[in-house]
Amino acid sequence: MCLGVPGEVVRLYEPDPRDGLLEGEVDFGGVRRRVCLACVPDVRVGEYVIVHAGVAITRIDEQAAQEMLAELARIGEIEHELGPEGDVLESSGEGQ
Amino acid sequence: MKYVEEFRNPELARRLVRAIHQIEGGPWTIMEVCGGQTHGLVRAGIPELLRGKVRLIHGPGCPVCVTPVAMIDRAIALACRPDVTLCSFGDMLRVPGSRSSLLHARSRGADVRIVYSPLDAARLAERLPEREIVFFAVGFETTAPATALAVQYASARGLENFSVLCCHVLVLPAMEMLLQAKNCSIQAFLAAGHVCTVTGYEGYHDLARRYRVPIVVTGFEPLDLLEGIWLACRMLHGQVYEVRNQYRRSVRRGGNPAAWQRAMTVYEVCDRVWRGLGRIERSGLRLRDEYRRYDAEAKFTFDGESGAEDPRCRAGEVLQGALRPDECEAFGKECTPEHPLGAPMVSAEGACAAYWQYGRRPRAVRG
Repeated sequence: MCLGVPGEVVRLYEPDPRDGLLEGEVDFGGVRRRVCLACVPDVRVGEYVIVHAGVAITRIDEQAAQEMLAELARIGEIEHELGPEGDVLESSGEGQ
Repeated sequence: MKYVEEFRNPELARRLVRAIHQIEGGPWTIMEVCGGQTHGLVRAGIPELLRGKVRLIHGPGCPVCVTPVAMIDRAIALACRPDVTLCSFGDMLRVPGSRSSLLHARSRGADVRIVYSPLDAARLAERLPEREIVFFAVGFETTAPATALAVQYASARGLENFSVLCCHVLVLPAMEMLLQAKNCSIQAFLAAGHVCTVTGYEGYHDLARRYRVPIVVTGFEPLDLLEGIWLACRMLHGQVYEVRNQYRRSVRRGGNPAAWQRAMTVYEVCDRVWRGLGRIERSGLRLRDEYRRYDAEAKFTFDGESGAEDPRCRAGEVLQGALRPDECEAFGKECTPEHPLGAPMVSAEGACAAYWQYGRRPRAVRG
């Protein structure tokens, strides 16, 4: 139910004056769909959003995504340097 | 797909599994709150990979599963009216009410339609002005903005033939109820990433401190889930009872105010009964007075009392993490996706459905 699918905003529609809702077209790996963008009012074409039940609920933070993958790669490297007994607990800052 | 494939990297997943096993202490019992996380974990085989270090128990975060039988009976009663078209998310259709299901009602001629978005139901009301369109609004905080948007759409366009059967629930009061249970074995939570995307996680700090339970706001892909568990184990090891945000690409501390404020413009907090868990104070949403004309329960009258749950179904224990689906006597025997006794066997987020789908069913019925 809380399934959210990431997709790229490829087009913004002109809001219909009858309801004022911001909508656009989102590309999900090749499949395009009309999505309500009212909850991400500052979104721009080319940005990624997470879509739940036809509504974009957030803009994806590209930098946060890259930082997470880089942190995970570091866990492995430190473990490699210290060997299997190495204490990985002190190796990385807590995600906040 | 971008933001999916890279979070399924098997090499990084192996490293995380090793790192979790290397943390001193345990075994620890961690509950993942959201049914989407349950499916992600079981599909990736993570419970087995962490055996001996972490015991994962599955939480109540399946809105379909916790929708009371009485509400399903009401949805069926509405669907059976000749003037009503009942719109619902797909996984509500097989869920058993006390006597029947929406799917069964549809096979007998009721107009039940599956929609992808609540807004699609509101648009249908515009196209079919001679029919009453009712949307069966189940879901957590994640879904409430979408159904609120549908109500606002109907209001802006003056659609008087649209209403919602509102069953929205809030996850934090249910987490607290589980922690208050006498035999609670939960030592840490993986909080639901998309709920927190909408609401943020300010409200979780107090829960973590008062109950001395670390909470990690966690995403849904295998690397998200493993990193969430890793962060939880580190806090358990260090006796740190705080909140961490693993799912930073989606979740900000304050959530998405544009989404949550919209939901709270349309809804207000109320007490709710959860299927399998009972009444929980301030754990649900109902339409505010100014939107009451879109409330299907106010618009239509319902007669007759609702029947009871099938006594063989132990969904309540499954939803509280007290019983693993494959420990239930009925699992795979009297209860299958074709003939479910309860909702967790047929919901896309149900724990029983996850065990059935990913091959954890008892050997006797396998294949």
